[in-house]
Amino acid sequence: MSLWVDKHRPRDLMKLDYHKDQASRLKNLVQQSDFPHLLVYGPSGAGKKTRIMCLLRELYGSGVERLRQETMNFTTPSNKKIEIMTVSSNYHIEVNPTDVGIHDRVVIMDLVKNVAQTHQIDSSGQREFKVVILNEVDDLTKDAQHALRRTMEKYVATCRLILIANSISRVIPAIRSRCLTIRVPAPTENEISSVLLGVCKKEGLSLPTELAIRIAKCADRNLRRALLMCEACKVQQYPFTPDQKVPEPDWQLYIKETASMILSEQSPKKLGEVRQKLYELIIHGVPPDVVFSGLLCELVKNCDMAMKCQVASHAATYEHRMRLGNKAIFHLEAFVAKFMAIYKKFMEESLGDVF
Amino acid sequence: MQAFLKTGKISGSDKPSSSGVKPSAKKKPPAPWVEKYRPKTIDDIVDQGEVIQVLRECLAGGDLPHLLFYGPPGTGKTSAILAAARQLFGDITKDRVLELNASDERGIQVVRDKVKAFAQLTVSSTRPDGRPCPPYKLVILDEADSMTTAAQAALRRTMERETRTTRFCLICNYVSRIIPPITSRCSKFRFKPLARENVIKRLSEICETEGVDIGEGTVLHQAVETCDGDLRRALTALQCCQRLLGKITAEGLIEVTGLVPDQLVQDYLNIKNYTELEKFVYSFLMEAYSASQLLEQLSALVVSSGHLTNKQKCAISEKLAICSHRLLDGGAESMQLTDLGCTIIMANNDP
Repeated sequence: MSLWVDKHRPRDLMKLDYHKDQASRLKNLVQQSDFPHLLVYGPSGAGKKTRIMCLLRELYGSGVERLRQETMNFTTPSNKKIEIMTVSSNYHIEVNPTDVGIHDRVVIMDLVKNVAQTHQIDSSGQREFKVVILNEVDDLTKDAQHALRRTMEKYVATCRLILIANSISRVIPAIRSRCLTIRVPAPTENEISSVLLGVCKKEGLSLPTELAIRIAKCADRNLRRALLMCEACKVQQYPFTPDQKVPEPDWQLYIKETASMILSEQSPKKLGEVRQKLYELIIHGVPPDVVFSGLLCELVKNCDMAMKCQVASHAATYEHRMRLGNKAIFHLEAFVAKFMAIYKKFMEESLGDVF
Repeated sequence: MQAFLKTGKISGSDKPSSSGVKPSAKKKPPAPWVEKYRPKTIDDIVDQGEVIQVLRECLAGGDLPHLLFYGPPGTGKTSAILAAARQLFGDITKDRVLELNASDERGIQVVRDKVKAFAQLTVSSTRPDGRPCPPYKLVILDEADSMTTAAQAALRRTMERETRTTRFCLICNYVSRIIPPITSRCSKFRFKPLARENVIKRLSEICETEGVDIGEGTVLHQAVETCDGDLRRALTALQCCQRLLGKITAEGLIEVTGLVPDQLVQDYLNIKNYTELEKFVYSFLMEAYSASQLLEQLSALVVSSGHLTNKQKCAISEKLAICSHRLLDGGAESMQLTDLGCTIIMANNDP
């Protein structure tokens, strides 16, 4: 039995739940004779992948849903062997080049070349190109992005690229200008709750509207998370009650706990304990930038305006350094220590004023 | 289609290596407007009076100095040299011109081997059919400012020694990135940003030929506005918009170019307190707008805004530069926007 997220994923462009205008535009696009490279961007859980799969289905028919997983091997110029997982059908191949770190350039060049060199034997009634889907394009190295630029031009006759990114800030302009960019905004809370209600109806469950709205609020405008939460609610307690507890993601609670620890006491000893917590978060695969923004959000809650600015500015500085360096823990810890120092000073001063 | 993704460069080395695809069997994909309406002769170039004047004189004499074109993107640099080459060489353009742009490999090795080998070939002063033509070849180095200094240095001697048989034309956005020994060997031409009314005139001509409905022309004004006088960008945006929506509208243009609506930029500049800021940043990112684009538009707004004092402008602009740098390095958008927002709040509270 599959999760609701997969089970109720829309398979047809016209059956999407929101951004319907965009869907009909995409449908128009498919019907035109030429199909450009696409750059699809939007926050996670907004439905980028769903839209792309629908689009592929529109292009090639139901054959694209027969997926298989393969590992491909590449050799870097420095003779290092790298392996990468790909998901593919007869018509497309999907890969996440950032999995191999700094060697992503090799993967992109070789993979696209591989795909582009095979042709459809009988191109009548079929598309003459295959599709390569690249995930997380915004996290590619600059090197790989420049390689992409040339590859895109060179092999355009036999393959089209669909690039997926969370934000286009980090995609170089040269790539942006070569693609048709498609923005997928996150669904609003109303849209999420109506989707939740629809899914529950299909499952034959009755979901109270209040609960649907509350889940939607907790889900950060992330539809995937909302559906998972809803399913978790169902496992916890069914039939639903309107005032049922909505389980929050563990890591969010954990970050909140960490933040309150920092606020409760500012001392080197406490810093040691906080470090344990931070390690725990990183070990469990919570991205460090999420930890950063979570901490910032919690920590500034009871500061005054001047201090908020100071903290935000330090957070931005340390986060930037974290991107440049490669040990996230150092920078997280540095930020916590800095915050402790600022906070303690602030507390002492304000206490001093009282007496 | 294939030409569309080439961003308007006709380069011989960029031919897709699609050995199996027979071009005859394929039906011709519709050409991108940028390619379709590229000026055929130098007289068609929009707005570059003096440069065209000089080029015309050169063409009439049949001789060409080494050239260095610089100016902002989309002002017709590449078009000018391509048109000139076509006028000079006619149908043998392909044999006589070597074009390399930034997407080609252009390290020092390529300059040493490929460019040098090409430059050393001697060509005759008559065409195969007996008519006269200039006795030299043309090497076009597009986007020359992205060449390494070493590669540029390797060009120096080649440029001088092979003057008899080869002319070089370097094209770049920033002349300061070209090493002085090269600039001193070339005659420099500056391409100014295109005047608004000329861009609009050209766009409406093209739209008319394409049979696109543009209403009373306000969308064209907006297209120019969003693209800062970059004709190529404006044209690409118009075509994308036409392709996606089937018509050209103001909203469509904003969507296609990935611009942030002006209202949002204005809101960001007017934020009063931290809670508002948090909310703004959250919803801004959820709508999937691009932070770097916001910064770009914000910078223009701050500089031209009337109600800010000089001190405020300084404070905001300084932070803006820092945040933009961090974003380029890959910093998280939410963090940088919050940081900048704080500076804006502080600046607003302290005029």
